[in-house]
Amino acid sequence: MEVALNNSNKFLSNIATNDGHGENSSYFDGWKAYDTNPYHPENNPTGVIQMGLAENKLCFDLIQEWMEKHPEASICTPEGGFDFKEIAIFQDYHGLPKFRSAIANFMSRVRGGRVKFNPDRIVMSGGATGAHETVAFCLANPGEAFLVPTPYYPGFDRDLRWRTGVQLLPVVCGSWNKFNISLAALEEAYEKAKESNIKVKGLLITNPSNPLGTFYDKETLKTVVTFVNHKNIHLICDEIYAGTVTNDNEFVSIAEIIQEFPTICNQNLIHIVYSLSKDMGFPGFRVGIIYSYNDTVVNIARKMSSFGLVSTQTQHMIASMLSDNDFVENFVSESRNRLANRHDLFNRELAQVGIASLKSNAGLFFWMDLRRFLEKPTFDSEMTFWRIIINEIKLNVSPGSSFHCSEPGWFRVCFANMDDETVTIALRRIKAFVLKNKMFEIKSKSKKACWQNNLHLKLSSRRLEDIMSPHSPLNSPLLRAQN
Amino acid sequence: MLTACTLQFSIYTFKNPVQTKSFSTLNPPHQTLLPQSLSLSLSLSLTHRIQEIKMLSAKATCNSHGQDSSYFLGWEEYEKNPYHQHKNPNGIIQMGLAENQLSFDLLESWLKNNPDSAGFKPDNHSLFKELALFQDYHGLPAFKNALADFMSEIRSNKVTFDPNNLVLTAGATSANETLMFCLANPGEAFLLPTPYYPGFDRDLKWRTGAEIVPIHCSSSNGFRITESALEDAYQQAQKQNLKVKGVLVTNPSNPLGTSLSLHELELLVNFVSSKNIHLISDEIYSGTVFSSPGFISIMEVLKNKGLMNTEVWKRVHIVYSLSKDLGLPGFRVGAIYSNDDLVVSAATKMSSFGLISSQTQYLLSEMLSDKKFTRTYLSENRKRLKQRHEMMEKALQKAGIRCLKGNAGLFSWVDMRHLMSSQTFEGEMELWKKIVYEVGLNISPGSSCHCSEPGWFRVCFANMSKETLLLAMQRLNYFVDSMAKKDNRSGRRQPLNGNPRRSKSLPKWVFSLSFTSTKRNGVTMGR
Repeated sequence: MEVALNNSNKFLSNIATNDGHGENSSYFDGWKAYDTNPYHPENNPTGVIQMGLAENKLCFDLIQEWMEKHPEASICTPEGGFDFKEIAIFQDYHGLPKFRSAIANFMSRVRGGRVKFNPDRIVMSGGATGAHETVAFCLANPGEAFLVPTPYYPGFDRDLRWRTGVQLLPVVCGSWNKFNISLAALEEAYEKAKESNIKVKGLLITNPSNPLGTFYDKETLKTVVTFVNHKNIHLICDEIYAGTVTNDNEFVSIAEIIQEFPTICNQNLIHIVYSLSKDMGFPGFRVGIIYSYNDTVVNIARKMSSFGLVSTQTQHMIASMLSDNDFVENFVSESRNRLANRHDLFNRELAQVGIASLKSNAGLFFWMDLRRFLEKPTFDSEMTFWRIIINEIKLNVSPGSSFHCSEPGWFRVCFANMDDETVTIALRRIKAFVLKNKMFEIKSKSKKACWQNNLHLKLSSRRLEDIMSPHSPLNSPLLRAQN
Repeated sequence: MLTACTLQFSIYTFKNPVQTKSFSTLNPPHQTLLPQSLSLSLSLSLTHRIQEIKMLSAKATCNSHGQDSSYFLGWEEYEKNPYHQHKNPNGIIQMGLAENQLSFDLLESWLKNNPDSAGFKPDNHSLFKELALFQDYHGLPAFKNALADFMSEIRSNKVTFDPNNLVLTAGATSANETLMFCLANPGEAFLLPTPYYPGFDRDLKWRTGAEIVPIHCSSSNGFRITESALEDAYQQAQKQNLKVKGVLVTNPSNPLGTSLSLHELELLVNFVSSKNIHLISDEIYSGTVFSSPGFISIMEVLKNKGLMNTEVWKRVHIVYSLSKDLGLPGFRVGAIYSNDDLVVSAATKMSSFGLISSQTQYLLSEMLSDKKFTRTYLSENRKRLKQRHEMMEKALQKAGIRCLKGNAGLFSWVDMRHLMSSQTFEGEMELWKKIVYEVGLNISPGSSCHCSEPGWFRVCFANMSKETLLLAMQRLNYFVDSMAKKDNRSGRRQPLNGNPRRSKSLPKWVFSLSFTSTKRNGVTMGR
């Protein structure tokens, strides 16, 4: 077997045979555990509840309602069918003009109309995944690096590094200052790279942050922009969660900084990555956007977009939907409300058992502080506790180490990818565990087995109370056609 | 305006088709030849250009995207002055775009009879949501099953495809690049028979850093691949210190419009087997084979030679797409098929960078699962392509122009050597520019397809109405006639030599430097 593998390695590229795809990370281990034992209210009530997937499922009813009223948005309906041919043969990598206008319009409204976007700078990509890789290909050569504040989305390791050969170097942020980016941390990361003879080409920030669920204030953004300008390096600002900010008035987009302080920075250094996967909940449609203030980057990224264009069927639908200003206004504000409600519910309930999270007002998740549950403040203990969360509490959450967090004990817990009933159950499990953990702390170690039995008994008695979730993946007709 | 020109000049002067290293040793401009003001703005724009090169990646500042090739320049000229029957009857007719527009009525009627294919009807509430959330890079099982069956049907069910070995990608553009990333390290090479699709320069080389070494094919044997040509290419790669990782063929061929013969396929299998390298067979036009000899898939050859489940079987990979057979390039539906689990696994992960929209997967899974439809479509589509091909061939014959005998594809490989003023690539360019600007037809010159002999052109026939095609042929006929008359008047007969009077009649800018409109429309790499 090993000989065969080695032989195969000779025939394939290095990229194909290394693990730059990042799927051996612990981030995906939890997913694997979930996939083998997924929660289902009737069929598998003791299964693992997925809280490791940052999806936004809260507003599909609004979208479905709109789709019903606008059959012409689909080229497959009688009303939309006359557009079919034109749409099906359109492969211009500029994208449908109305699509670009609609996206520019939506991006503006998500930022409260405080800033306008030029449709000619909108470049399509295969989701934000494709956008990040394309930007890396445009800005950096193999061996060069981007700085990225920790903790950060694990997918960046693949998206920015795997096929590009670019490196990611951490800008270490910690709980000591609420995980904010400091100038000192930026400078330190930059100097460290210099000492190692690694050329830094840019800084990548996610704002609002994944996994923190917070956004950066104006002063921090000004600091960041001044820093990149001073070092003459690029700034990639991933604003994929811009529409998930619960209180819109406070969020500041990098576009607003550029607008308000036009001389603060060479605008050729500023690039925004966006997507509809989080704000609208459409990850399946693969709508990624690169918005660059640098003409050459727009030009080249556009040529590279040939490798991941958005299906014109989808462009057409999105164009219709996001050109409807009434719908967009209502959707953006209603989505914020529902996220805020879900957010508040979790906060309240968890506070009852003394579980704290980083104070946040954006994103589809909490950055939960579970340091006190670790035996020791080490990453090994974090992993041990994480396995308990998956195997005993039956929740898939994401351990901070998979986000390159410098401190053990933090976990990202998603809350917007489930219905209300599942939320109730998830909260119940968390609270039950915390209460039992208190019991565990009191009892001696020799009684550990007894505690575990108690936990199991308690969980099984809840089976009949669980009701069926219509949104469980097991119900998906899409997966019924197996080979 | 002046700055734009000088920037263009500087780009033209320092443009280098082989990437990266040359930029560090830019040659200084010949400033003594220029007036001072011009040389000042030239050095300013140069400084800007140098700065840009430092700030961006080498990939961003070289031109390996290939879009400065004549293939795309012709498209740009078409975009500036497109033919329209009523609005612009003297405009340029697009014959450089290999699109299949002949069978849309069949697709439209299927849609009409299957209104639920969008999945957005009121009773399909959860389906819309499931599609919107479905981002699994393994793809929609129903779609992969249907696609595997469709591929099999195209091959008359002589071979079957396992959906688990299919990887979905955003078009064949992405499929080819992804396969390169999986099979070749930067600096390693694939051998490609010439002439080949110009987009391969971008798809296979640009971001991957891989190299292409040509397998030269010539008109002396109908551009067929020979054993000696394969060996020569391999040796050539060795001389250049390039490690050869595989051969990539397009079958049926773009731009030749012919399917590979059994002999060629066997040669290829023997060659890659003996050299221990990969074979990629881009079969994007497999559904467009409209006359004999029929289509023979590489998989069929392997099966018939008893090579299934062997090492060489694992090193043969197929690329497919629905852009040509179904005429749906906008939907970005491509696929890689491989018998090597590691390749399937790696390519599947890479497909994250260009997945197919789930709503498109769903629509097509419904369509391709309808076997009655696929059977009817494939046969009717072939019939129409055959008719169209014959129509053009006859019209070209009338104009005294021959084609390579084709049995597939959306184009003909046309022999215009007798119309050139000199049997050189310059002569070919001169002829091409006349055809674009005087005749008003955008066709693709063989040099843009890396053909080793000048004078051949790819002319598409399936992307326009019958009337437009006949008009295009009339224009060509008139052009050929008028050239013959000019020849007679000047006392010369064919072959035509350079006539200074004729040269002067061409617009001046025909001889200008590389022109790049700032407002050009995107000319995506349609084939």
